[in-house]
Amino acid sequence: MDILVCVKRVPDPAGNEIQLNRAGNDIERDDLVYAVNEWDNYAVEEAIQIVDKAGGSVTVVSVGTDEDEEILRREMAMGAEKGVLLTDDAFNDADGYKTAAILSAYVGKNKFDLILTGAQADAGAGQVGGMMAAMLDLPYASLVNKIEVDSDTALTIGREIEGGNQEISSIELPCVLSIQTGINEPRYVSIRGIRKVASLEIPVFDAAGIGFSDSGVKMQRLEYFQPELGAGAEMLDGSDEEMADKVVELLKAKGGLK
Amino acid sequence: MELVAPADFVLWGLRTQILSILIPVVALALFSYIVYKRLIPLSKANRDERFDRVGERLGKVFSLWLGQIKQPRYMVAGVLHIAIFFGFLVLALRSISLVFIGMNADFALPGMSGPLGTLYNIAKDYAATIVLIACLIAAFRRGVMKPARYAVPERYGKDHTAEAVFVLALISVLMISESLFEAAAIAAAPTLHQAAPLSLADMFSRMLSGASQGTLQTLHIGSYYVHDLVFFYFLCFLPFGKHFHVLTSLFNVYFMRLNKGTVKPVRYGIDESKLEDQEVFGVHKLEDFTWKHMLDFYSCADCGRCSDQCPANIVKRPLSPRFISIKARDQLFKTYPVWGEAQPSPELIGSIYTEDEILSCTTCGACEEECPIAIEYIDKIVDLRRGMIDAGMVPQSLQKPLSALEKRGNPYGKTAKQRAKWIDDKDFAELVEVKLIDPETPVETLFFVDSVSSYDDRIIRITKDAARLMDHMGVDFGILGEEEKDAGNEVRRIGEEMLFQDLKEHNTEMIQESGAKRIVTADPHAFNTLKKDYSGLPPVQHVCQVLLEGVVAGKLNFNQPGPDDAERVYTYHDPCYLGRHNLLYDEPRKLLDSLPGMKRVEMVKSRDRSFCCSGGGLMLFYEPEEEVRMGVLRVNMAKEAGANVIVTACPFCLINMEDAIKIAGLEGRMEAIDLTELVAGRVAW
Repeated sequence: MDILVCVKRVPDPAGNEIQLNRAGNDIERDDLVYAVNEWDNYAVEEAIQIVDKAGGSVTVVSVGTDEDEEILRREMAMGAEKGVLLTDDAFNDADGYKTAAILSAYVGKNKFDLILTGAQADAGAGQVGGMMAAMLDLPYASLVNKIEVDSDTALTIGREIEGGNQEISSIELPCVLSIQTGINEPRYVSIRGIRKVASLEIPVFDAAGIGFSDSGVKMQRLEYFQPELGAGAEMLDGSDEEMADKVVELLKAKGGLK
Repeated sequence: MELVAPADFVLWGLRTQILSILIPVVALALFSYIVYKRLIPLSKANRDERFDRVGERLGKVFSLWLGQIKQPRYMVAGVLHIAIFFGFLVLALRSISLVFIGMNADFALPGMSGPLGTLYNIAKDYAATIVLIACLIAAFRRGVMKPARYAVPERYGKDHTAEAVFVLALISVLMISESLFEAAAIAAAPTLHQAAPLSLADMFSRMLSGASQGTLQTLHIGSYYVHDLVFFYFLCFLPFGKHFHVLTSLFNVYFMRLNKGTVKPVRYGIDESKLEDQEVFGVHKLEDFTWKHMLDFYSCADCGRCSDQCPANIVKRPLSPRFISIKARDQLFKTYPVWGEAQPSPELIGSIYTEDEILSCTTCGACEEECPIAIEYIDKIVDLRRGMIDAGMVPQSLQKPLSALEKRGNPYGKTAKQRAKWIDDKDFAELVEVKLIDPETPVETLFFVDSVSSYDDRIIRITKDAARLMDHMGVDFGILGEEEKDAGNEVRRIGEEMLFQDLKEHNTEMIQESGAKRIVTADPHAFNTLKKDYSGLPPVQHVCQVLLEGVVAGKLNFNQPGPDDAERVYTYHDPCYLGRHNLLYDEPRKLLDSLPGMKRVEMVKSRDRSFCCSGGGLMLFYEPEEEVRMGVLRVNMAKEAGANVIVTACPFCLINMEDAIKIAGLEGRMEAIDLTELVAGRVAW
C-alpha cells in the first residue's frame, strides 16, 4: 500500500511559551522553536506500522519553505521512505482551502492508496483532510483512532465519537483519513537517526511542477485577542505556589473542596 | 592395621587405581568442553577494555575476592559465606592431592610431606568441619527460614531453593566423605594417624573405633570414590548455574569497573567523533553486551543483595537487578547451549526484558555498591537504553523533555534568555551582583548552575543562596547564563548519547572559553557528569566542598540557633551522585556539624547505603508503575531515625522529599531543606 502523509511544521508546544504579538493578529514568532505537528506524528507512525504489516511505501509531504525540510527529515528518520517539499511563492499565506488545493494537486500527479493527515494542526481548524477528499473525490473519515487493513481495497477504521465512544466503519480505498492522537505510540527519533538521513535527497516541487493554479486566499485572519474578563472570572497571578494556594483557597471557599 | 589405599585396592580382580585415573581424565575432558562452550558467547561479544591498571586490579582481588569485604554487610549470610569460601580455599589443596593419592598412595604435594603437611592436615580437618556446619546452617536458612530476598517473584520464574540446597548437599557430601576416608584409616591404625581434635574426622574415627577391619576398608575405599565422583561432578555442574561464580568470581573481580560515576562509551575503541558511523547503538541482543558483562551474568550468585537494596525493586517497580543478571544468564545458556547448536539470539526488549523494567532504574548505584563480586548494572542499563533510543522505544512523556533539550538545551522547553533571569530578581540583585562571564572579563570560578537550578522556582532559592554565600566568602565567580546548556548527566544515562555529546561539546567550549580556573555547582548530577563524563575542564567542586573550605578558613561564621531550632533534629540524606558515585560522605556532614547547636542523627540507610529519592533529571518526567514513592519511604526512614528535618544537597532530592512529605501526610512534622539553604540561613552575614 502506498501511503501519503501530509505533515506541517508548527511551533513546538513543548519548547515554547506561546504569546500574542503586539498587532494581535498572530503569535510572537521571534525565538520560537518548531516541531512536527503532534497529530501528524501519529499519522506517520500509523503509516509506518501499516506498511510494516501490509507492505508498500510511506511518503511524507509538506507545503512550506526550505526550513520545513527539517521536519520531513525527522519523519524520514522515523521510517518514512520518501520526503517531498512543495514550495513556491504562490503558496505563501495559504489558508486551509489553498493548502488542500496544493496538496491535492500533488496527489493528482501521483498515485496513492491512502492519504493521511493529522486531525488538526496549530490553527486548530482541522479542514485540510476533508477538503482534500472533496477535491480528489475520495471517501473521507475524520478523527480516526484505529486502522485495520482488510484487503487491497478496504480498511476497517475506528473513530472517536461523543462521550469517548467508538464507531467502527469500513471504508473503500483509496481514501483520506484524518488521524487522532492516541492511535499509537509514535516512536522516538534520536539525534543519530536524524543525522543518518541528513544527506538524503528531498525532491522539491513548485506550483508549475504539480500543476497548481492559484485561485487566491479566500480566508484571512483579522485578529487574535484574549477574551475580556467577564463576571465571575478571575485571573490568578504570582508564583506557582501562590497560585496553587489561591486555587485551593477558592475551591474551599466555594465548597468544591472539603 | 593399616588399610589398603585406593591406589592399591583390588575389587573383583581389578585394581581400583584404574578408576582413580579414569574419573579425573574423563571429567577434566568434559569440564574443558563445557567451559569451552561457555566461552563461545564471550568471543562473540563486544569489546571491553579491562587489561589496564594491573596493580589496582590485584588490590581489588585482594580486598573483594580474597578479603570478602562486602560479605559482612549481610552478617549471617556473609559469615557463612566466608566460612565456606576459606574452607574451599584450604580444601582445594586437599582435593587435588586426593586425586593423586588415588593413583599413588604415597603421593604428597611438594613441600607437604614434612611439618608443613602436618600443620596443613590439622587446618583442613577443621576447614571440612567448619564448611559442613556452615552448609547445614545455610541449608536450614534457605530451606526453612527462607529469607525474603531469596524469593523469586512469579514474573521472574520458578523458585531457586532446590538448586541452592542441592549444591549445599553436594558440598556436605564432599566434606563428610573426605572426613570418613580419613576417619576409617585412623580407626584402623590409631597409632599411625591422628585427626585434629574435635574435627569431623576425629569424631568419625571415634565412632568407628569398634568397627571391623572389613567395614573400615569398605568405608575407606567407598568414601574415597564417593568424594572423587562428587568432586568431579560438582566441577562439571558449576558452569550450569549460579555456582559458576565459584570459578568465575576471581576473574569477575579482577576485571571489575574501576571508575565510579562514569558510563561506558558506546563502543570501546571508537572515537566519539565517529559514533555516527556505527551500525548499531547500544544493546539489542545478547552479543551487543561486552564480554565482561557476559562474565557478570555467569558470575551472579543469586544472593539477592542488589535487589534487596534496589529502591526500584523495593517500591515494586518492574525492576530487580538480580533478575537482569539471571534472565540474561538463562538466555545465554539457551542461545549457546553446552549440548547442541547455537540458537537464534532474540531482541532482548520484548523477550526477557521490558521497556518499563529498563526505564525503572534511577542509576543510583545501590546494587553495584552491594554486590560482593562487583557485578555492574548501570552500564548495562544505559546500554540497553541506548538500544531502545536507537529503536525509537521512548515513552511520549520522555520524548517531550528530550526534544526540548535538543532545541532549547533544557528539559522544560524554556528559552535560553530565561536561564539567567534569576540574577535580575530585584531583591536578590540588591544583595549580590552575579557576573555573566564573557572572554573580556574572566573570573576565577565558574558557577555551573544547570537546568533545574536555573528554571525551577523552588530550586532558584538555593541557587541564589549558593551565589550569595560564594560572594560573601569573596569568591570571584560568574555564570555562563544564556551560553550554558544542560550538563546532560541524565541525557547520557537515559541513553541519548548523541544528544549528550552535543551538550557536552557546547558546554566544554563555553567553559574553556571562559578561562575559569575551577567550576562549582550545587547540583550533584552536574557535578558528576562534568567531573566524570567531560574532559579538558578545570577541577569541579560541589558547593558543599566550597562552603566547608569557607568554614575552615573562617570566612563563614554562624549565628547561634534561634528558639525554633531547639526542637529540630536533623538527618542528612546522601544524594546518590554526591555519595555513592563521588564518595562525598564526610564533607556535607562536617559542614552540618559546624553549625552551632546542631542535633544530627543518622538514618539506618545512610552513606553508601543511602536510599535514592527516585532519581533526578528526566525521571521527573517519567514514573514507572510503582506501589509507593521512594521519597515517601525515605521520609519515613527519617522519621524512624528520630529526625524532623531532612537535609539534602541535591535539587532533585529536595523536590522529591518535599513532595514526599506532603504525600506521606507529614506536613508540619517533617521538613526538607537543602544544605546550602540551611547554611545561608545561619550565616552571620
